[in-house]
Parts: sequence; C-alpha cells; structure tokens
Amino acid sequence: MLLEINDLRVRAEDKEILKGLSLSVDAGQVHAIMGPNGSGKSTLARVLAGHPGYEVISGTVTYDGKDLLALQPEERAHEGVFMAFQYPVEIAGINNTYFLKAALNSIRKHRGEQELDAVEFMQLVRGKAKALDMDQAMLSRSVNEGFSGGEKKRNEIFQMAVLEPRLAILDETDSGLDIDALKIVSKGVNALRHPSRAIVVVTHYQRLLNYIVPDFVHVLNDGRIVRSGGKELALELEDKGYGWIETAAATAGSR
Amino acid sequence: MPVAERQSTYVTAFEALRGSADAGPDWLREAREAAFGRFLEHGFPTTRDEEWRHTNVKPIADTTFEPAASLALSRDILAPASFNEDAAAEIVVVNGHVSQTLSSLQGLPRGVTVRSARESWPAPRVERPADEAASAPAGPRVATATAFTDLNLAFFEDAIVIHVDPKTIVRSPIHVLFVSVAGAAPAMASPRLLLEAGEQSQISIIESYVGVGEGVTLANAVTEFRIDAGAVVNHVKIQRELATAFHVAHMLARLGRSANLVSHAISLGGRIARNDIVAVLDGEGAECVLNGLYVADGDTLIDTHTTIDHAKPHCPSHELYKGILDGRSRAVFNGKIIVRPDAQKTDAKQTNKALLLTDDAQINTKPQLEIFADDVKCTHGAAIGQLDDDQMFYLRSRGIPELDARNLLIHAFANDVLTGMKIEGVRDRVMHWLEEKLRLPAA
Repeated sequence: MLLEINDLRVRAEDKEILKGLSLSVDAGQVHAIMGPNGSGKSTLARVLAGHPGYEVISGTVTYDGKDLLALQPEERAHEGVFMAFQYPVEIAGINNTYFLKAALNSIRKHRGEQELDAVEFMQLVRGKAKALDMDQAMLSRSVNEGFSGGEKKRNEIFQMAVLEPRLAILDETDSGLDIDALKIVSKGVNALRHPSRAIVVVTHYQRLLNYIVPDFVHVLNDGRIVRSGGKELALELEDKGYGWIETAAATAGSR
Repeated sequence: MPVAERQSTYVTAFEALRGSADAGPDWLREAREAAFGRFLEHGFPTTRDEEWRHTNVKPIADTTFEPAASLALSRDILAPASFNEDAAAEIVVVNGHVSQTLSSLQGLPRGVTVRSARESWPAPRVERPADEAASAPAGPRVATATAFTDLNLAFFEDAIVIHVDPKTIVRSPIHVLFVSVAGAAPAMASPRLLLEAGEQSQISIIESYVGVGEGVTLANAVTEFRIDAGAVVNHVKIQRELATAFHVAHMLARLGRSANLVSHAISLGGRIARNDIVAVLDGEGAECVLNGLYVADGDTLIDTHTTIDHAKPHCPSHELYKGILDGRSRAVFNGKIIVRPDAQKTDAKQTNKALLLTDDAQINTKPQLEIFADDVKCTHGAAIGQLDDDQMFYLRSRGIPELDARNLLIHAFANDVLTGMKIEGVRDRVMHWLEEKLRLPAA
C-alpha cells in the first residue's frame, strides 16, 4: 500500500472533525472522496499535506512505509506528496516560475538529483504549461496574484505536473470551474495517471468524475467513510443526493 | 540635564560660528540668528507634541553634540558606499562639508551644474522650508519648520545645489553621499541639499547617508526639491548610518504643473531615524510617488511622517510604505494627505504595511486625511502582521524548507517596494544591504 490511513481522529481548535477514518490507497489507483459540506473532506486533504492548523488525536497514517504524520510539510513534498489547494494562496512579490523552480530543486536535492538551472527548468515547464493552456504571462506573474479562480486551479495542476508527485491529493479542484476549465484540468490530471502514482480526488460533485474516472469512490460523512464502492457509487450519490447517505448513516447508528 | 545646560553647548557653538566667516553673508547670518532664536525658545520637541507623540528624542536632546569638523577621509573607506558604476557624478559630503578630493564631477552631463553654497555665497538663497509653505494656497498651513530644521538652518556647514537646465535630460543618476564620521565626542552634522529641476528636465538623484568610525553622530539633514513644470525627478534616499547614529531628515518637494516625482526612501540604519517628507503638488496635473522601505532591528526606532499636499486639481499621488521590524525595534508611520479646496479630481492612494518578525517589534501607523474638495478619490490602507501562515504552508507544501520559505516571503515583501526603483544597480545594492541587515541568504 502506498497510503494507509488507520482509524484517524483529528480536531481543529476544539472540534473533532475526523472521527476514526480508515482508507487504503495503492499506487496506480485513483480514489474519489465525496461527501457533504462539513463531512471532513478538506480536513483529510490538509492533514495529509501537513497543515499546521489540525491536531491528530489518534490513529496512524503510513505513506510508503513511513509515518507520514511525523514529517514536516516540506518533507512530505520531498517524499512525493502533493496537495492541490482548494483555495490556492496568493503570494505577491514571488514570481510563479521562480517559486516552482525553487520547489522542484528542493525536491530534486532531497532525491540526490542535480538541481536544474534556469534554462533546463524553462525547457521542462514550457510543454507542461502549454498542455494546461497557461501562457507565458501567467508563468511570470506573482504566485496566484490576480489569477481568476480557473487560473489558480490550472496553476495547481501545472505545479503538480512539474513536481510529479507519487501521491496527489486534489482538494475540490473542480469547484468554481466552468466546463472548459474543468476539461483542461481533468486532462492535466489524467495525463499524470501512472502505475507508480496514486491520486486522491476530493470533490463535492460527481461531475468531475465524468472526466477523471476513479477506480474507487468513498463517501465521507461526519468524519468517517460510510460507504465505498466503484465509480457507479458516485452516480448513485448524484441521483439520490447526500441526504440519502446522511439518513442511511443515522439509521445505521441507531441500530 | 536642565534645558539651559543642554542648550549651552549649542549656544557656545553658535557664538563661535557667529564670529567666523563660515556663517556666510548678512542675509544668511540673519536667517541663522532667527532660526537659532526659535530653537532656543522652543527647544527639542517632546512626546507632548502631536507630531512627535511616538518618538521620544530625549536621547538626542540629552547628548552634548559638537558641530562636526571637516575631515579628510580615504577613498577606500567610502568605496563600499560609492555608486560610481551607476552614477554620472558623485558628490561626497563629509560631516556636512563638501569634499572636493572625494567627489567626482567629471561625468556631469551638460546642462547640470553642481555648486557648493560655501563657494558662492551669497547665492543661492537657502530658505527654510516654512517660508515656502507660507506661500501655499488656501487651506491648512503645513508647518514644516521644526526644532530640527531650525537647528539645521542655524548650523548648516554647506549646501549642495544641483541645478538642471530646462529640457536637459540626464539618464545616469547623480549621487550625493553624506558621510557622518563618528569619533570620541558626539558630532552633529547639518547637511543640506537643494535640487532645482528646470522645466521639462529629467534627472535621477541618489541621496545616501552612511557612517564611519565608532561613536555617536547626529545627521540633521534638510533636502529641498524644486521641480518646475513638466520636469521629471527620480529620487532614491538610502540611509545606512551606524547603529549608534541619530538621523533626522526633512525633505520638502514642490512640484509645478505636470511635474513628476518618484521618490524611494530606504532606511536601514541608525538608532533613531526620523524622516519628514513633504510633497506639495502645486501645479495642475503634477504627480508624485512616495515609496519607502524601512528595516529595523535591535532597539532601533524608525519614524516616517509624510505629507502630500494636493494644492491643485488633477494630481495623482501614490504612496507605498513598508517596514520589516525585527528584535525590539519600533516604527512610526504617519501619512498625511491634504486635499485643498481647489484640488478637484485628486487621486490619492496610500498604503502602509509592516511585517513584524518578532512579538516584541511594534509599529504605530496612522493615515491622516484632510480633504476640503468634494470631487476626489482618496484611499488608504494599513496592514500589519507577522509572516502569513497560509503563505508559509503553501510554500512548504511544495517542498520549500521553512527557513527558505521565510526568506522568500521577506524578500517578496521588500520587493514590492524595490521593484519600483528604476535603477537596477541601485535596486540590487539595496536588496543586498537589506539581506545583510536581516542576515538573510540571498534569494
């Protein structure tokens, strides 16, 4: 298993958000995590990336045989973990290309690979930027500053394409995208599907899964995975709505 | 120390000046007498004065300063402060006295003259800023004379006058380097700089202040810019005095019709550094940009008071001031914008941001808008905070280690101001000095 989450309980401030979540993801697989607002989807994504705003109460997360929770955010990135942010952060004054080169070289250095110089780096990114319909201007602007919602999401996928993670977590990458942008982003994600790589797609809507077709779908409710299945589960969910899951969960709980 | 005793050293020094040819021609002697009289009457400001509420100048008032002497310095000592590579001409002023040997004026472009007032008494006439403000149009008075400008007028050793003929375009900057030499006894220098930019001329001025030696110095500077119609002035002030130095500076710029001033004030040194910057937009369509970056650590106090006086219609002004505060340092920013009754269609924007690197660092910031016209656009904003947690996490989540991420964000914060500086060589040097000051690795 590339990622093994076992009975994970997490709180933010005083509120428990993940209440015993377990999930196994293997290389080569695409998992979709769906759930209503407040079910803990984004918390799961952020905890895996090492966001400092959460406290792990109990449980374990093993990634490639290592205790993921013991690693700093940058160490997780070095080990191949990448999270596409739901709300990518704007950083005025840091050039997008410069930032990405620093990130890539930091990861390469960790792997014992030669750092890329400016020319080599530009050669690497040019093609990847084009595939995501990102122009030169976007590359040379400050990180996400003044980007539209769609541009920000494309920039996340572009970073992912350049950093080539082993575990990619997409946190509601589809939210706020129009259909054209959704197609571009999905194409970018699908291009990264690889037997050595796992992708976890966190989404509220089934629509994205028409374009990024998952191997497994998990439904998260109140901090736990309440149902798992194949891609047809997403369609069933879309059809019946989240109320169905919430009712089912409540019934199961009262039994 | 009682006031009388504190002032006695100034009285002794003034009497010595009075008896010497250094006091200049009669009109200047009179101006000096009047200024010194005002200084004796009012003394140094205290924190009871609104303009000095957060800046206690007691450490300056309590120090017994002697007027700094003219000194010969070696060129090597000043080499690190030189902008020779970027500048067409360099004027070196040591303790308020122009050094002919250290200055290099060979590259001075045609149409530009540099004079030392001392060589050509009685011209040019050096007025105190308040006399200029008295002729300002309707509306509030801008009180620009302070104990410090009076003290400067009473004691200034020399004045550098840079005159640019109308329609003269100068691309390479002229650097005026003011050096404070610290020695056994605390020394006070009173530098003075006057720029006269003729109609439709264009010029860049670098005004920098450095300290050499060890000890306490006071540089009490006055800078005046007269920017005639259609003239374009690019100005950079870089203050890198010793950590034991006091720096008090007063700048007054008056802009004519469609004149343009872009000024960047960089403060990296001193124990107490106070900058008063006044720009009067005194002609229709005049435009000014006042940007600044200050970096402080230890117990340093950096205080900036800016006033942009919109006296005529259709004048835009932009102001961006940023501070990086480390250690127990403090900063004050007071940004006054006056829009006089005539100044319709004013477009003024003021932004002040401070980055506090420690819990002990502190800033007092205050926008002060006095608007007497009704068809104007004035915005102001202040943001004070530590490094942004979300930005830190974003960078780290991409593999950038914590210290590098911090370094990147500090660079980015400073770059926002520095990118506005047009001369690349100067911008790079300033960034380098900033890195030195904050012990940051180069980005």
